[in-house]
Amino acid sequence: MSKSNFTRRGLLKTSAVAGGATLAAPQFFSPSWADGHAGYLNAPQGDTVTLGFNVPQSGPYADEGADELRAYELAVEHLNGGGDAGMMNTFSSKALTGNGVLGKKVAYVTGDTQTKPDAARASAKSMIEKDGAVMITGGSSSGVAVAVQALCQEAGIIFMAGLTHSNDTTGKDKKANGFRHFFNSYMSGAALAPILGANYGKDRKAYHLTADYNWGYTTEEAVRTSTEAMGWETVAAVKTPLTQTDFSSYIAPVLQSGADVLVLNHYGGNMVNSLTNAVQFGLRDKQVNGKNFEIIVPLYSRLMAKGAGANVKGIFGSTNWHWSLTDEGSKAFVKSFGEKYGFPPSQAAHTCYVQTMLYADAAERAGTFNPCGIAEALEGFEFDGMGNGPTLYRAEDHQCFKDVLVVKGKENPTSEFDLLEIVEVTPAAQVTYDASIFGGELGTCNPGA
Amino acid sequence: MDAIILQILNGLDKGSAYALIALGLTLIFGTLGVVNFAHGALFMIGAFCAVTLQRILTLSHVVIDDTKKDFLGNPLKVEVPYIYDWFGQETGAAIIDWAVPLAIIFAIPVMIIIGMVMERGLIKHFYKRPHADQILVTFGLAIVLQEIIKAYYGANPIPAPAPEAFKGSYDFGALLGFDANTIIYPYWRLVYFAFAAVVIAAVFAFLQFTTFGMVVRAGMADRETVGLLGIDIDKRFTMMFGLAAAVAGLAGVMYTPINAPNYHMGMDFLVISFVVVVVGGMGSLPGAVLAGFVLGILESFASMREVIEFLPGINQVVIYLAAIIILLTRPRGLLGRKGVMED
Repeated sequence: MSKSNFTRRGLLKTSAVAGGATLAAPQFFSPSWADGHAGYLNAPQGDTVTLGFNVPQSGPYADEGADELRAYELAVEHLNGGGDAGMMNTFSSKALTGNGVLGKKVAYVTGDTQTKPDAARASAKSMIEKDGAVMITGGSSSGVAVAVQALCQEAGIIFMAGLTHSNDTTGKDKKANGFRHFFNSYMSGAALAPILGANYGKDRKAYHLTADYNWGYTTEEAVRTSTEAMGWETVAAVKTPLTQTDFSSYIAPVLQSGADVLVLNHYGGNMVNSLTNAVQFGLRDKQVNGKNFEIIVPLYSRLMAKGAGANVKGIFGSTNWHWSLTDEGSKAFVKSFGEKYGFPPSQAAHTCYVQTMLYADAAERAGTFNPCGIAEALEGFEFDGMGNGPTLYRAEDHQCFKDVLVVKGKENPTSEFDLLEIVEVTPAAQVTYDASIFGGELGTCNPGA
Repeated sequence: MDAIILQILNGLDKGSAYALIALGLTLIFGTLGVVNFAHGALFMIGAFCAVTLQRILTLSHVVIDDTKKDFLGNPLKVEVPYIYDWFGQETGAAIIDWAVPLAIIFAIPVMIIIGMVMERGLIKHFYKRPHADQILVTFGLAIVLQEIIKAYYGANPIPAPAPEAFKGSYDFGALLGFDANTIIYPYWRLVYFAFAAVVIAAVFAFLQFTTFGMVVRAGMADRETVGLLGIDIDKRFTMMFGLAAAVAGLAGVMYTPINAPNYHMGMDFLVISFVVVVVGGMGSLPGAVLAGFVLGILESFASMREVIEFLPGINQVVIYLAAIIILLTRPRGLLGRKGVMED
């Protein structure tokens, strides 16, 4: 006959000990859950490995999120041996064979970031806890990327960032478990400045309108630094609320300031609206200081450029990748994507596809899904054949260094996809910087168990 | 001085949009007593009437151009609008160019029907329910409407430009004796302001000088007595809902060249429009118009660089700050009437 030990005093003691332990070692995941995953968190069981695709499926960036998801589905198809293998044919590493990853078929779950850090963290947490995702990737905003990257670091999961352009993602907020393939604000500034100098001269007065959040600040700083270094003067820099839709009251005073260049440090809907408003005001038809007034959009997205319509014509900006690139990797990806979906991929789709391939390749080379093994395989990894030419995943900050594209809104587009033309492929060496300039500490890799 | 004139001009078109939406909101509140949170969605649907007409006018057939290649290297499929075939390329292009103004004709019946269906199908069941219920159901309706638009048109903004004739801006600076380029203002925004003035005047004239308007005004003052006189006031109020929807829709149609429409644009205006209604005085049509312009101009001034540098963040709160001050000093709003929303 068994005897129950359940007493009021016993319960209180147990509660006190458990409570004390919880307070002493606060952690993201419950101890009992982590106990079942010795070695590293979410070690794949059975014959599949699950990846978590965390993209904006609702909210203003839903179209960009949908394109990211298409790219992820294509990557999974290629990894599992389906389709035409896309960039696996051109990738310089030959570790991937189309037999899944480490012999396991790739499965995936999706989450909706809503382009809100809190929602993105919640969906990533759910994919890690409930679905056993061994890697989280995606997103269309730096705020989301920084938040989810921190969560993955805490949980012990690899985070392969999607579209995030702020210096902070691999600067002051970098983490050992986080990796970014996309370029950043600094690189945009460094690539754009010489082209702006060559086209608009070195004696210009710039007026910045800057989205009032993390990405806006780093982009303004990058463009200011690089243009001032070549002789431009910054007349004013005005922060605009992220929720702003009509920018007329910010644009109207620009001409009064004596500026002859307007820099729109805006992305997405902000960019579409501010550029549309600026063109409406006829700024580009004006002559100031004896020069044609010019507008610059440091970060272009083809999907967003579509929203601005004809207003993008002739306006310079930078982009991570464009479907019109003619290297073998880009051509292979455009063919795979275009034949499957009927239209060319966006830069967001490209970076997400490449990140998935790089993760899978790193797992194969490391021989494990352990985040620390994967991090080691990615750090300092040099590769080619994925668009953008030879690329380095720098060990010091987990940032990819590759060629950056300077683009211009096309004057005579032949289709709704043909909105931007590449005016310069800036070599990686020209946009490379010292890893220490943005501060932050990588810390140590967390395997999560 | 030139900066002040410029911000007054800026405030006028912003105020026009606020005033038009708030006017519709007040019409519905004044006649039906319903707090309609779906009114922003009607503004958005109006904008998408312009997008829809633009798409209808550009319905195309495909012609293969062997001399050009598409992104996959195949011969380029060029889309040629049917309207080019029917009217010739020049006339066809001109019709497409005028899609936004033409959408006014398209939007009026569409918006009246949508408004009346909305009222008969859903909102009439909530007349006798508390305002909280009305807010919840109309807010839910707004979300459903915007998700429908997103599902069909996508989340990205869709450009709907003004006709070529209205591109560019007018140099008020030169006109007023200031330096050239100091006070410039886009032609289309001037058109928008003039259009808003005409619509507002037409609504006031309709209510003031027609028998229908007289009955509606009587119904707004005392619904029961009008009903006792044998007048079917409910039917007239349904038509007023349709009219209010049309006003919001027209505001949306003409707004499309100012900002490319997206599914969320109604929500962006909704909260501010409610503030406008409250500041103007619940149920007061002239109050809604006056508050629309006052708050629009205030918002423009608060966006000036000099003001932001002096008071950081003021551009984001100025409307609410003004609302607090006005309501503290005039609890019924600028032109509010005694007895409205006070029972």
